Amino acid sequence: MADVSLDNVFKTFGKTEVIHGISCDIQDGEFIVILGPSGCGKSTLLRMIAGLETITKGDVSIDGTVVNRLEPADRDVAMVFQNYALYPHMTVFKNMAYGLKIRKMPKAEIKRRVEDAARILEITEFLDRKPKQLSGGQRQRVAMGRCIVREPKIFLFDEPLSNLDAKLRVQMRLEIRKLQETLKITSIYVTHDQVEAMTLGDRMIVMDNGYAAQIGTPLDVYERPATRFVAGFIGSPAMNFLTAVVSADGRQVHLHRDISLTLQNGGLPGHGGQKIIMGVRPEHFVLGQAADAMLHLDLDHVEILGSDTLAYGHLGQDKTQVTLRLPSVYHFKKNTVLHLDIPSKNLHFFNTDTGQRIEMQA
Amino acid sequence: MEKRVIFKHKLLPYILVAPQIVITLLFFIWPASQAVYQSVLQEDAFGLSRTFVGLANFAYIFTDETYLRSIYVTIIFSCSVTAIAMSVSLLLASMADRAIRGATTYKTLIIWPYAVAPAVAGVLWYFLFNPTIGIVALYLKIYGYEWNHSLNGGQAMFLVVITAAWREISYNFLFFLAGLQAIPKPFLEAASIDGASPFRRFWTITFPLLSPTTFFLIVMNVVYAFFDTFGVIHVITDGGPNYATNIMVFKVYHDGFLSLDLGGSAAQSVILMIIVISLTVVQFRYIERKVYY
Ligand SMILES: Nc1ncnc2c1ncn2[C@@H]1O[C@H](COP(=O)(O)OP(=O)(O)OP(=O)(O)O)[C@@H](O)[C@H]1O
Ligand SMILES: [Mg+2]
Repeated sequence: MADVSLDNVFKTFGKTEVIHGISCDIQDGEFIVILGPSGCGKSTLLRMIAGLETITKGDVSIDGTVVNRLEPADRDVAMVFQNYALYPHMTVFKNMAYGLKIRKMPKAEIKRRVEDAARILEITEFLDRKPKQLSGGQRQRVAMGRCIVREPKIFLFDEPLSNLDAKLRVQMRLEIRKLQETLKITSIYVTHDQVEAMTLGDRMIVMDNGYAAQIGTPLDVYERPATRFVAGFIGSPAMNFLTAVVSADGRQVHLHRDISLTLQNGGLPGHGGQKIIMGVRPEHFVLGQAADAMLHLDLDHVEILGSDTLAYGHLGQDKTQVTLRLPSVYHFKKNTVLHLDIPSKNLHFFNTDTGQRIEMQA
Repeated sequence: MEKRVIFKHKLLPYILVAPQIVITLLFFIWPASQAVYQSVLQEDAFGLSRTFVGLANFAYIFTDETYLRSIYVTIIFSCSVTAIAMSVSLLLASMADRAIRGATTYKTLIIWPYAVAPAVAGVLWYFLFNPTIGIVALYLKIYGYEWNHSLNGGQAMFLVVITAAWREISYNFLFFLAGLQAIPKPFLEAASIDGASPFRRFWTITFPLLSPTTFFLIVMNVVYAFFDTFGVIHVITDGGPNYATNIMVFKVYHDGFLSLDLGGSAAQSVILMIIVISLTVVQFRYIERKVYY
């Protein structure tokens, strides 16, 4: 068990910088998820913690000691690779025992640990098989087992579930969380799946192109996304973005000449007259009465999902596309007009140029 | 499912395989059957008379002291050539696999010896070690070691072994390098996270995963040492001194063409043929089964 700290970490491959200074303190026993789209540098960051990539600038520390120059072998970490990387010429037992044998553990102790882990993961019957003779899900368990038996300071996962089918993924997700809660080993988990990130992590690092766009609890990230990128990346269907202009006194935003929203509380006093981006999650629209509704949406298309309904439509003169999600079944006809309200607390505002969140005054 | 091509024209498939069959018949089946035929005959040195003698030629060569000696020499020779060529090339290939700068130049340089014909390679090494003009022999003399491979059987064997191995290293290198580069990096990364030192990673991960290549090369090297090193022996030692480097293939030539014992020579080539066929069978079996993991 250990805490991990990243201090302004950079990574450059040749001339291209792919990680642009990431800092984060991870507590002992915490489950941190690194989330981001493909190619944003998640694996690179994880591999730097593992010691598989050199650190161009900045420090990675484990338990307060800078480990930049330590070999992976000396960092006492264990890692589950995306394709599991099970040694193909060894049986499952030998795969799991490999790291222990290197540490010169007594045979009896190795056997005990491997068998314990196999029992927890329900792979006892496969101990004599080669990886080739296992299904994807079984291989995934073996890869987990190889990490568990080591009882390392830190678990690292690089998209361990991405090769499994949807059902197995949900099941393994729960098991990973359960396992981590029992073992209480600090874990860093890379994924591009936001559901995994929301459900697994104590906190998550949302990465955008080599930057840490936001570090926070899943709920924090959902409720108060720090940038427009995070707002659009977290949540499904994605958040709607509308361009808006703040009124001179900051109490109102104008979406078009014909639509104005009055903000509750203090509004956006410092931003009078500015052009900003307003974000609304599809699930935050509320059906209202024709007379006093804020918005009037021309409906284009409806999808009924059983538990809820997705509606796609457009707003105002410039026909901004908007998606909404309503929490039960509605049989709307095409080309009807929906009258919608948005609770003021569910509005998000972002700077047009920098994408940074603009906080409403309390 | 077997894939079958259906030809409209009945004759076409035969025409298509004809060149292959003609070549096989002309250059393999015919000479081979001639050898088998010769091996059961006794012929006088002028080719004027032949008598059928059954397996007498075989019976004779297995009681022949020099033949038994040449089997022994062949085993020593081919094992040494294979061991040296394999280990050196594996070492070079694992270094080349890691090299970042100058890797291409390095690879090209190592491949060169393969382009040198065996006889030319023989001449090259012969001159290096020549007791009167060879530079290596000169230095050995300076350090107090008397080198004369035309008198010392052990030295002669050493020289033909390194000459033969030298050429084969390039060939092995190419295959080992390709084999090393085909091993997915995550296996080695996982092993290093598991705590394995580079040395241990090599012996517990890389080497086992390389086993198909290694096995293939062992067979190829043995075949090479058995049959392809005639030129090297011919140029450097002529089988001597005192039969110390008289490998089986060289003896076939020597008995057949110099001593004109055609029956005995043919019997020896039949035995060599059996050896190469069994090596090939072993190789095909093994590769077909892919038992490595
Ligand atoms: N060895 C390398 N040499 C050069 N560039 C690299 C190397 N490894 C990764 N990169 C680049 O670094 C960036 C980040 O790669 P990384 O593998 O960390 O992405 P990722 O977030 O893990 O993506 P994915 O979700 O697809 O796995 C990419 O643009 C990639 O092209
Ligand atoms: Mg990745």
